[in-house]
Amino acid sequence: MKKFTSLKSIPAYLPIVNIDTDMIIPKQFLKTIKRTGLGKNLFYEMRYDNDGKVIENFVLNKKPYNNSNILIAGNNFGCGSSREHAPWALLDFGITCVISTSYADIFYNNCFKNGILPIVLDEDKIKELSEYSNRQEEILVDLKDEKITYGNNEVSFKIDPFKKKCLMEGLDDIALSLEKSDKIKSFEDKLKIKKPWLFNDQS
Amino acid sequence: MSKTLYDKIWNEHLVHEQIDGTSLLFVDRHLIHEVTSPQAFEGLRNTNRKVRQPNLTLAVVDHNIPTTDRSKGIDDEESRIQVETLEKNCKDFGIKLFGMTDKRQGIVHIVGPEQGFTQPGTVIVCGDSHTATHGAFGSLAFGIGTSEVEHVLATQTLVQKKAKNFRINVNGKLALGVTSKDVILQIIGKIGTAGGTGSVIEYAGTLISNLSVEQRMTICNMTIEGGARAGLIQPDEKIFNYLKGRPMSPKNENWDKALNYWSNLKTDNDAEFDKEINLNGKDIIPMVTWGTSPEDVIPINGKIPNPENESNLDKKNSIIRSLKYMGLKPDTAVKDIKIDKVFIGSCTNGRIEDLREAAKILKEKKKASHVHAMVVPGSGLVKEQAEQEGLDKIFINSGFEWREPGCSMCLAMNADKLKPEERCASTSNRNFEGRQGRGGRTHLVSPGMAAAAAISGNLDDVRKYNN
Ligand code: SF4
Repeated sequence: MKKFTSLKSIPAYLPIVNIDTDMIIPKQFLKTIKRTGLGKNLFYEMRYDNDGKVIENFVLNKKPYNNSNILIAGNNFGCGSSREHAPWALLDFGITCVISTSYADIFYNNCFKNGILPIVLDEDKIKELSEYSNRQEEILVDLKDEKITYGNNEVSFKIDPFKKKCLMEGLDDIALSLEKSDKIKSFEDKLKIKKPWLFNDQS
Repeated sequence: MSKTLYDKIWNEHLVHEQIDGTSLLFVDRHLIHEVTSPQAFEGLRNTNRKVRQPNLTLAVVDHNIPTTDRSKGIDDEESRIQVETLEKNCKDFGIKLFGMTDKRQGIVHIVGPEQGFTQPGTVIVCGDSHTATHGAFGSLAFGIGTSEVEHVLATQTLVQKKAKNFRINVNGKLALGVTSKDVILQIIGKIGTAGGTGSVIEYAGTLISNLSVEQRMTICNMTIEGGARAGLIQPDEKIFNYLKGRPMSPKNENWDKALNYWSNLKTDNDAEFDKEINLNGKDIIPMVTWGTSPEDVIPINGKIPNPENESNLDKKNSIIRSLKYMGLKPDTAVKDIKIDKVFIGSCTNGRIEDLREAAKILKEKKKASHVHAMVVPGSGLVKEQAEQEGLDKIFINSGFEWREPGCSMCLAMNADKLKPEERCASTSNRNFEGRQGRGGRTHLVSPGMAAAAAISGNLDDVRKYNN
C-alpha cells in the first residue's frame, strides 16, 4: 500500500448526499477479478450517457477536476454495498482523499486498506472548502498534523491513531496481525475446549 | 458491570486489544462468494499465505449466476470467469463450496442459516453488507471489504474497534398484511440511512420476539440500510428449534453444550445503551419507497413528497433529484403509480415464508397483463420446499416466471435487469439509482405488497387482497 503523508490538489466537489457504492462503481464492473483498472468506470452512470458517451459537464470529466486527488462530497458518503471496488475505483482514478460529513462504516474501513484518507468535517467547513473547488484553488491536506490548509485558513480533523500510523507508513495489516499468531493459536485452543461444536460439526 | 448482548459477544471474541481500543476479533464463521473474494485469494497467493481455518469458511456462488437453466453454463464470459475462479480458489485452499448445480446453492445469507452454519453467539463475516441478516440468530454478523476477507482468510481474525450500542424496541402487534419488511422500512425512514452509523443495533420488544425466524432475518438484513454495522436479536426457543437437525448444526453432546451456551446469550436487564428508540406495531402499515434511498419511505396510502415543503436546501435538492430519476410528480397518490415489473426474491425476502406470503395473495388471481413478474427463490432448498408445497404452481398460474436461485434482479449483475425507466415493485433492499439496471426505478415493498402490485398493475395495498 502506498503511504499517505500529505496531499495538495484542487478538490472536485460533488454536492450529492448519500452517494452509495453502486453509484461510485456500478455492478457491471464488479465482474473483474483484479483490483486495478476501475478508474475509467468511476461514477460511470454520471460520467457517461446511455450510449457510453462522455457527459462533458460532469465534474470529474471537466478540467482541472479530472486530475483532482481530493473529492468533496455530501453526507453519508459510501453507503450501501460493501464492495471494495469503490475505493479501488477512486484510487485508480487518482483520488486518495475524500472529504464528507460522514461515511458508511464499511466504506470508511475499506479506504484505509487502500491508502485513501477519508476526512470528516462539519457541513459549514465543507461549504467553505467547496468554494476552493469552484475557484479552482488548491488545498493542502496534511495527515501528520491532521489539518487542511486552504488560503490563509486551517481546519483540523481527527483520525484514529492506529489507522493514521498504518496510512503514514503504508503498513500491511495482515502482516501486523500475523505477528500475533501465538495469541490467535492460544485463543483457538481454548475455544476448541469451550465451544467444541464450532469446529466439529462441519458435515 | 451490566452488558449488552453485543458487549458480551465482543468480549468473548477478543484475541488482543491495544490500548487505543483497536482489537483483534476472532471470526467463527466466514462466508464468501464469487464477487468479493477473487482479489483476496490473489493477495494470499502473492504473499504466499495460507487459509488459516478452511473449515470455518463456506463458499457459495450467488451474485453473478443466471437464474435460467443452469445446465448450459454461463454465457457471460466475465461472470463465468468469476465463478470458475471461486471454484479453483476453494479447491486450492480446501474450502467447502456449494457450486452452481448444487441443490444447496443459493444466496449466501439464506444458505448460512439454512445449513446451520449460522449460529448464536458467533462472529460471522462476509464480503457483503447484508451479512447483518445473520444477526437474527443472536450472532454478531457484519459485512467486510475484500482486503478484510483476505485478512480473515489469513488470520481467522479481523481488526475492529468497538461500536456503540443502539436498541430499537418494537412492541405491540402488527395488523394483518403488515410484515417485518414494513417494520424495518419504517425504522429506516425514521432513523435515516446514516442513523445507525457506528452502532450495532439490538432489536427488542414483544413484537420482535413474536416474529418468526424468517421475519427476524428480514429486519436484521436491512439494518445496513440504516447505516448500522450490525443488527441483532436475542436468540430464543424459535431459533434453537430452527437450528436443530440442520446439516451443520451441532450434534449429540455438542448440541447440548451449544444449547446451554446459547440460552444464556442475552442483554442484562439494566444494561445501558448509547441510544434507544421505541416503536409500536399498531402504528405500522404497509410501506413503499418512493425515492432512490431506502430512507425515502411512505405508507401505501400516502402521497409522493413535494420538495416545496422542504425547508432544508440540500434535502430539497435531493428530493428533486430523486423524483426526476424516479419519474414521479410531487403529490401523486402512491396507489396511482403504475408498475412494469415485479421482483420477488433476494436475501431480504427470498425465503420460504416470503414465498408463502406472496402466494397467499396470488392464489387464483392473475397478474395484470402489462406487468412482467418473476420469483427467484433464495436457495435451491427454498425452491424445492416451495415446489413441494405447490407454490410454484400458484406463481406460474398467476403469470409469474419461476426461476433458479440467486441474487438476480436485486443487483442485476446477471441478465435479470430493468430497462431504463422501467418501474419495479421489488422485495429487495436497495432502491439506489441504477441498482436494478441503469435508469431502472425501484419501489421496495414486502412480498405481499409485491404480489398485490402484480395483480393491480400499480402499487397497491396488500390488505385489499388479504381477506
Ligand atoms: S440478494 Fe441482493 S442484497 Fe442480498 S446478497 Fe444478493 S445482491 Fe446482496
